[in-house]
Amino acid sequence: MTTKTRLSTAPPRLAEDEVVLQVSGLDVDIDTPKGVLRAVNDVSFTAYSGRTIALLGESGCGKSMTAKAIAGLLDPVAHVTGGSVTLAGTDLAALTPRQRLKFAGPELGIVFQDALTALNPVYTVGTQLGEAFRIHHGLSAKAAKAKAVELMGHVGIPQPETRVNSYPHQFSGGMRQRILIAMAVALSPRLLIADEPTTALDVTVQAQIMDLLRSLRAESRMAIVLITHDLALVAEEADTVAVMYAGNVIETGPVREVFSEPHHPYTKGLLDSVPVGAERGEDLTSIAGSPPELHDIPTGCVYQSRCPLATELCRAERPALQATGDGREVACHFWKELAVA
Amino acid sequence: MPDVAEAPLLDIRGLTKNFHVASAKNGNNVLCALDKIDLHVNRGETLGLVGESGCGKSTLARTLLMLERPDEGSFAFDGIDPFTLKGKALLAWRRRVQMVFQDPFASLNSRMTAGEIISEPWLTHRDLYPTAAARTARVRELLMLVGLRASDAGKSPQEFSGGQRQRIGIARALALGPDIIVLDEPVSALDLSVQAQVLNLLNDLQQRLGVAYIFISHDLSVVRHVADRVAVMYLGRIIETGTAEQVFERPRHPYTAALMSASPRLDAVEGRRERIVLRGEMPSPLDPPSGCRFRTRCWKATELCATTAPLPSSPAGEPDHLAECHHPMELGEDSGRLARAS
Repeated sequence: MTTKTRLSTAPPRLAEDEVVLQVSGLDVDIDTPKGVLRAVNDVSFTAYSGRTIALLGESGCGKSMTAKAIAGLLDPVAHVTGGSVTLAGTDLAALTPRQRLKFAGPELGIVFQDALTALNPVYTVGTQLGEAFRIHHGLSAKAAKAKAVELMGHVGIPQPETRVNSYPHQFSGGMRQRILIAMAVALSPRLLIADEPTTALDVTVQAQIMDLLRSLRAESRMAIVLITHDLALVAEEADTVAVMYAGNVIETGPVREVFSEPHHPYTKGLLDSVPVGAERGEDLTSIAGSPPELHDIPTGCVYQSRCPLATELCRAERPALQATGDGREVACHFWKELAVA
Repeated sequence: MPDVAEAPLLDIRGLTKNFHVASAKNGNNVLCALDKIDLHVNRGETLGLVGESGCGKSTLARTLLMLERPDEGSFAFDGIDPFTLKGKALLAWRRRVQMVFQDPFASLNSRMTAGEIISEPWLTHRDLYPTAAARTARVRELLMLVGLRASDAGKSPQEFSGGQRQRIGIARALALGPDIIVLDEPVSALDLSVQAQVLNLLNDLQQRLGVAYIFISHDLSVVRHVADRVAVMYLGRIIETGTAEQVFERPRHPYTAALMSASPRLDAVEGRRERIVLRGEMPSPLDPPSGCRFRTRCWKATELCATTAPLPSSPAGEPDHLAECHHPMELGEDSGRLARAS
């Protein structure tokens, strides 16, 4: 195989803050019996090497759909209908499926939420971990297994020499997640998408996994797109955040600035819903109602039905993301008023 | 009756539950899920039960509901051991303890209407609302009590959102007028903005009805908000208990400190902090460590911890703040640095 020599060298260590992923105006539509629904609408963000960007939002906001669209893993009923995804200078939309396969692994790794369903129950983890090396580097089964042992040790799995022959169900949840991470970073990708990587895990194990991701990121300077609904996890782990609501990015910027002074009423509402510092028995500030269904997204602002600041303007016209300084953007007609309120 | 009011509603001592498993690697086939649990819940208060998966929280909850029979220990509910009850007395007791489940999608029968779900307990407890008119009226009251509309009684669960479904589950638990409700991760399946609504509802109901809660959760920020007292479980034992303020502000067991340190915090953006990151995972309950159960992951463990199981002890001035540890945390101890060094 000629690919062996070409791909066996790891990508060069990336420079600080190099643009790894550029998503611009991404639209994803889903075909349903009731018609076509817009699940992701005009989503744009940039991921830099050695940094973590969080896509934050509640269930159904389109954050996982965005990740699947980037990775080319959309279900058959979902289609990218607009925008571009540029990974390390290549427009992924322009690639044929065959060319795209070459990207999965060396350029892009993905870690899913549920490690038990993401792993194949009938193959040993060694076989599954070695697959990347067999396919992309053309290694023999034996050499690939040796690589798998090395990787397992690298992500902190004890006794990798014997554990390499175990099946996924023989590992605990935390260890399975380490195996998924090992698989995703096997070929030192420039971009790692982590889709709710610790949601199914206990907090002490979550802390171990996030530590592992952070040290892997520091080693290879890969960019991480962290998809989560957990505000505190974003506060701890991410450099920048894009808050999503009903398929749209409604606010983005550095985590510290966005969380300490949110510009969008939804971001503010989320932050107020976290029970921090509230006295026992004191009512939490909650957001009334629930997010709109995808077939029922209003014209105008997507958040209008739950927003305390909504006016006629919000019902008539959807606000575009506008820069507010310090690398921040917000999609709200009244963000200045929110700062005063 | 001042004496009755003073006595705890629920008082369990030395509660032990073993499961016998068919095969085990090391020949041991006894899984000790609960190991000499001491616990009490006062009337109208909320006890937060915290711990990681596999620590025995759910077995404890099931035992409280009499779904499991303990192997040892005493169990007093309002002075009565429910395991001695039979027939009508047992039926009457069962009204007093109810449960709300974690998953609002799996815990409601999608072929029944909300009204049927809420009134189903009365099919067993027939004397409560004997006439159809009384049942209909009470269902409407309960729906409004949990913040739904009386007209929602005829809708099926699919027509409700996750938060609304959890309100139906709460209404069902309230249908029998319980003294205590076991809430097993009641908000962990809900989105954050909805979670706050349900927590507010639970708080409001407690103030209006005086019902006690056992609130099981892995989310420490939620427990801190709702609980009067907290019990932390590890491998079948309660390793620390006290008021919420004592346990959260001055944790004494290293595991409690580690659990709090591991939880991500919203205020972390103000500056990166050192965290205690525990080594390894919880050992198998089939093969628990000798001595202190936490010693295999503890950075303070010594010889003593391996040989002798620590007894509960409390610091001066806080007699109800119990922790099972030979080397409890000191106030202001730099736990992060210690953990890293180990």
